[in-house]
Amino acid sequence: MRSLNTTRSKTRLSNSNLLFIIAGVIFVLMYGFALISYPGSFMQFQTFFDLFNLNAALFIITLGLCVVMIAGGIDISVGAVCGLVTMACALLLESPMGSILGALLLALAIGTAFGVMHGFLIAYLEIQPFIITLGGMFLAQGLLTTLHKDPINVTMPAFVALRNYTIEIPWLGTVNRLGYFIPSEIKPGVIVVVVLVILYAVLMKWSRFGRNVYAIGGNSQSARMLGINVKRTRFFSYVICGLTAGISGFVFLMTTGAGNIGNGALFEMKAIASNVIGGILLNGGVGNLLGAPIGTLTLLTINELIRAAGVQSNLQAIVSGLLLYIFIVLQSIVMALRGNERFRLTLPPWLKPQDKEVENQG
Amino acid sequence: MSRLKAFVSRLSHLFLPLFVLALLIIVNLIKGADYFSITMVNGAFYGNIPNMLFGASELVILSIGMTLVTAASQGQDISIGETGAITSAIFVWYVLRAGDVTLLTILVGFLISCVAGLVIGAFNGTLVSVFKVQPMVATLILFLGGRSIAFMIDGKVSPILANEISNRIGTVIPGLPIQTPIILTVVFIAIVSVVLKTTNLRLYVESVGINPSAVRLNGIDPKKIIFLTFLIMGVCSAVAGFIAVNKAGRHDSVNLLKFIMMDAILAVALGGNSLGGGKFSITGSIIGAYTIEMLNRTLLRLEVNPEAIKVFKAVFIIMLMVVASPVVRVVVRKALDRAKTIASRYSRGHTGGLSNAVVSMTDTTGKKED
Repeated sequence: MRSLNTTRSKTRLSNSNLLFIIAGVIFVLMYGFALISYPGSFMQFQTFFDLFNLNAALFIITLGLCVVMIAGGIDISVGAVCGLVTMACALLLESPMGSILGALLLALAIGTAFGVMHGFLIAYLEIQPFIITLGGMFLAQGLLTTLHKDPINVTMPAFVALRNYTIEIPWLGTVNRLGYFIPSEIKPGVIVVVVLVILYAVLMKWSRFGRNVYAIGGNSQSARMLGINVKRTRFFSYVICGLTAGISGFVFLMTTGAGNIGNGALFEMKAIASNVIGGILLNGGVGNLLGAPIGTLTLLTINELIRAAGVQSNLQAIVSGLLLYIFIVLQSIVMALRGNERFRLTLPPWLKPQDKEVENQG
Repeated sequence: MSRLKAFVSRLSHLFLPLFVLALLIIVNLIKGADYFSITMVNGAFYGNIPNMLFGASELVILSIGMTLVTAASQGQDISIGETGAITSAIFVWYVLRAGDVTLLTILVGFLISCVAGLVIGAFNGTLVSVFKVQPMVATLILFLGGRSIAFMIDGKVSPILANEISNRIGTVIPGLPIQTPIILTVVFIAIVSVVLKTTNLRLYVESVGINPSAVRLNGIDPKKIIFLTFLIMGVCSAVAGFIAVNKAGRHDSVNLLKFIMMDAILAVALGGNSLGGGKFSITGSIIGAYTIEMLNRTLLRLEVNPEAIKVFKAVFIIMLMVVASPVVRVVVRKALDRAKTIASRYSRGHTGGLSNAVVSMTDTTGKKED
């Protein structure tokens, strides 16, 4: 009885938040390790910002995939859709009637079209998501090569200005060897990432849609019994994922400025890996949306660390696979210990997460 | 009579893959009537059908393993191509080190590569069964790092496997009219079917896929069964890698069996198996694998623009899955029932013979839709 009383006084941490905290701790440890081993490069703020600058598209894709994964589905077409969008937008911008607004609308349209197709087939016709999104991936890859085979460099002046536009942060920066102060720079894509993270976090945490997504991911049968429209929620989760893939394609083009067949290749695998590191499980119903950017940051930090260590490129892939292995096993051990009731994490009150996710207490 | 009924119900399970196969054959025959023609070159059969069987041999073997993994663990192994690349790298490393290549060297190398496949299967299987990681995530590790491991074993870019026996395994043995990979595939299928017939494997795998907790209460350890399916998957990958490397004659660690997991998963789904685990049909998967190879070759034969091949493939897959989806089936069945009632009501006022004919006609179409 005594133990019952003690647990009642403390709010029990939900699985989502536990996994999110593990992801956060892993990221902090990883970056701390990087700071200690390579202070010269990782101490600079620019190194941290470059993770965002160069990989803004990956961050955005991971967010969209996160929504689908929480809903208990999977979308492996996101990378191919991102590549298709870069090529289509590059072609549009190079044509005489190209405009940035038009390209943006095209990106959103392509993404939404793929999302609607996947959502309709998966939610309303109840086909297995893996196969349908595999078909979507083939379709996007095929359309990409049909559109254009060779790389296109966008030379439209307005777009080049947008591509080269940087936002300087005057109070953060480093002093170089000659004594000049160089302020840190961020690209417009980073702002898109930040806006989308805030938007999606709010959507998933406080909106009715977000709570429905957690519910159908946890147990779609009981969600239906509670009166949630399972099919419509699932449909919109795929639409959001497709739309996000479209946005990420445009951001990718803003980063590199060229349409290429290899754009966005293997992004889906990287995004799945990032989400898993960030504590979002493929089973669905578990995960904090903020875990997606944290997971991506961890994955990118690992890659940067290995690159800084200067090991052979083949070892890089092996080492990142090994680290992924360690994270997965760690997560699994923590979850298993928690299931056995032997492991209890109690947080100080100021660190306690403020939400009550009743639907994933199981 | 009951045996006939069981046969018909099994056939209706295989309706989708067989229907697609028939459709593709018809398309091919429309394109050119000489589709089935087989020519004899150097004492071996060549032609569209033998080439299709030859090209699909690795895919068939991999889809057998994938069916078992999918049925038991309710997820897919996405590292099969990488596993094949690693095991065949070990095989090539052993054969090249041996210097003088005899049949024994090849056999020992093959067995070593099978052991390597078992080790990799054990690695994935431990993650899935003991640590309860989703199969796709667990195998993502090897998917990301596997090709690099294969390259490290090779030590250089694509070592060449130039010896008489490998050449014969990859193409044709003199005196036998059928290409060797086809024979190996048939032998493998025979072994698998004997194992499934004589052991409880099918029952255990299906019950683990349907309800793991119920199986545990009945005294079967679902962890062991899932681990076993991953071991089998490892051996399947090793055999497929062995065939692929002998076919190619050199070990290209980057492109060997690249992205074959997509095709293998597709074969499992085309064969009428649920990707959510449970009951499975190996026959369906095998037919599905041959269908995919035939689809690829048909698109080439129809002289589709190479850039657009993937678009056609995607449209084909999506249409197929729409036709096979449970919702569409229910809708079709309802429409047929309605047509049947309307027909019977209409014919009740008229002659009786016509109504019987109409009803029997709708009946047969209803059976086909199963």
